[in-house]
Amino acid sequence: MTSTRPLDRFRSSPLLWPLVALVVLLAANAVVRPSFLALRFQDGHLYGSLVDILKNGAPTLLIALGMCLVIATRGIDLSVGAVVAIAGAVACSSIVGAGDPTSAKAAFVGMGLALALCAVLGLWNGFLVAALRIQPIIATLVLMTAGRGIAMLITDGQIITVRNPTFRTVGAGFLLLPVSILIAVAVFVLVAIVTRKTALGLLIESVGINPEASRLAGLRSRTIRWTVYVFAAICAGIAGLMISSNVSAADANNAGLWIEMDAILAVVIGGTSLAGGRYSLAGTLLGALIIQTLTTTVYSMGIAPEITLVFKAVVVIAVCLLQAPKVRAVLLRRTPRRPARPVSDAEPAAAQHAQTPTASMVEKVAQS
Amino acid sequence: MTTSATPVKGKAPLGAILRGRSVPGRVVPVIATFVLFVLLFGVGAARYEGFTSGQVVANLFIDNAFLIVIAVGMTFVIVTGGIDLSVGAVVALSTMVAAASLRAGLPAPLVVLLVLLMGSTLGLLMGLVIHYFEIQPFIVTLAGMFLARGLCFVVGVESISIKDPTFRSFATAAIPLSQNVSITWSVVIALALVAVAVWVLHRTRFGRTAYAVGGSESSATLMGLPVAKVKIGVYVISGLCSAIAGLLFSLYMLSGYGLHAVGMELDAIASVVIGGTLLSGGVGYVLGSLLGVLVLGVIQTLISFQGTLSSWWTKIAIGTLLLLFIVMQRVFMRRQP
Repeated sequence: MTSTRPLDRFRSSPLLWPLVALVVLLAANAVVRPSFLALRFQDGHLYGSLVDILKNGAPTLLIALGMCLVIATRGIDLSVGAVVAIAGAVACSSIVGAGDPTSAKAAFVGMGLALALCAVLGLWNGFLVAALRIQPIIATLVLMTAGRGIAMLITDGQIITVRNPTFRTVGAGFLLLPVSILIAVAVFVLVAIVTRKTALGLLIESVGINPEASRLAGLRSRTIRWTVYVFAAICAGIAGLMISSNVSAADANNAGLWIEMDAILAVVIGGTSLAGGRYSLAGTLLGALIIQTLTTTVYSMGIAPEITLVFKAVVVIAVCLLQAPKVRAVLLRRTPRRPARPVSDAEPAAAQHAQTPTASMVEKVAQS
Repeated sequence: MTTSATPVKGKAPLGAILRGRSVPGRVVPVIATFVLFVLLFGVGAARYEGFTSGQVVANLFIDNAFLIVIAVGMTFVIVTGGIDLSVGAVVALSTMVAAASLRAGLPAPLVVLLVLLMGSTLGLLMGLVIHYFEIQPFIVTLAGMFLARGLCFVVGVESISIKDPTFRSFATAAIPLSQNVSITWSVVIALALVAVAVWVLHRTRFGRTAYAVGGSESSATLMGLPVAKVKIGVYVISGLCSAIAGLLFSLYMLSGYGLHAVGMELDAIASVVIGGTLLSGGVGYVLGSLLGVLVLGVIQTLISFQGTLSSWWTKIAIGTLLLLFIVMQRVFMRRQP
């Protein structure tokens, strides 16, 4: 950060607008329905609209986390929705086919199988993108198209229902808070620690800025790209387990339908550029919450749920416009700036990447 | 094109032709698509009785007329290096608006005009945002997709059937090509649109500029080409094509519904890619996209003739084909810098 004034720093932060959007949404809800912010404690569980938002948003948040890292490497993963369907299909059909479909062992075997298959699918995406160097958007389009077909092949076109208490815990269980929230938070913290407390995050960003320069600088850019796709697929797999466990069924057609779009939106709303090179985990969290809050708002305000999409579109366009460098330039020009702050030439460019001070340095090195 | 040079030497250097000396690498995927189409059709003809009848071929066009129209619009967008995810939703919105306004008693020509205007306006808006605010086409058209799908449900949640006599007679009218083969007006419209698109993309300044923008936008700008006009124009074309496809789709289904054409954008993108258009822009043919749609159509026909294969095999087959063509493009593009 170039500025030391907290207000200036806040105003130029990419998290400002998403945060404002979220607060406005929550405030609107609280005004319309005062019970919105209330939390109840009952039978050792926490209930309330806010908990619901978190619970329903957990799968989107998980997928958005994986997507965030993929996008940071200048990639995109369209196949996550299909992977969600496959994970649910594999887990449920494995549990149904087990000797004792209600035992904990069957649940763990099923979930293990599902996640292993998801990792393989991630390896496949990574192979296409990192080894064959196919554009990520088409490479993952292959699995997006074929994936739902594969899921239906596994379930034989049926909706498989399971009755397994252990499996049900993942999506519908409680441990003070719903278990799905705890899983999502755990993954979030894990990713934050692994990528922000080590150099890994920096390496991912540098691969996103320039894969070739990163390779020449001694990074294993191919391995890094490969890893993020595997990670995204595993995240999608966990989300798929949550979704199918929440309804105790695997629906190959509708599980995770359009969730890839929601995840990409969450990442973009959170201020991560699709051009790669930098990412914001906190922003992604905000983005996922905004999307879920929006959906809940529409439900709770009594607006026809079908119209959610219009609201989503409006919010997305608004947030994207506010984040677009050109629009921000126009807005900032109108607000009078405090005079006489000496600014060196390099600073305006660097300020954009100010989240991690070193990212801008890497970029400069990569571009020169 | 090559035959004029070969008689001088006496022997035709077949290897040279195959190696790509006379056939540019970017045409190879289109040829491959054509060969694949013929092969798939041959398999069908060999295995199933009645597959070679003219009506099967005619049905290929009748059942996919709207997809052909969308793929044409999508080709323009992808040639400039963009992408349009909103097409399926705009098709649905068009069917919905057409059905609702016909129910309200508006005359059919006015309805057609209204729908076309709506489609182009949506395309124009997305193009403006993409070009002037420099937001990625993927996100903008994704928002457009949500908006159009949402607007469908604002118009109405239920499916609305079309009872207008003009629409009905237009939809059911058959144009006999021979004694037992007939096509619908949708096919005529779709093929006419393909012809116009071929001319615009390959023979006009607008088309050449679209290729230039797809090749390198900054170079095109430096050359003084009207980049803004073309970049916005392709989204208008795509929006217009989606609206036309929506009208054809409402003729095909004789109803308007917000859940029509779900996932059609993926089919359109897949057929454009199978037709040899590069998603990175700069390379592609309208006829290739037509062939791409036909390949998808033949696969569907094969699966329905087979009878025992379930419909999800279509998805797996399309995915596999997509993969094959992408890898093939990769190979050819690497050889030809």
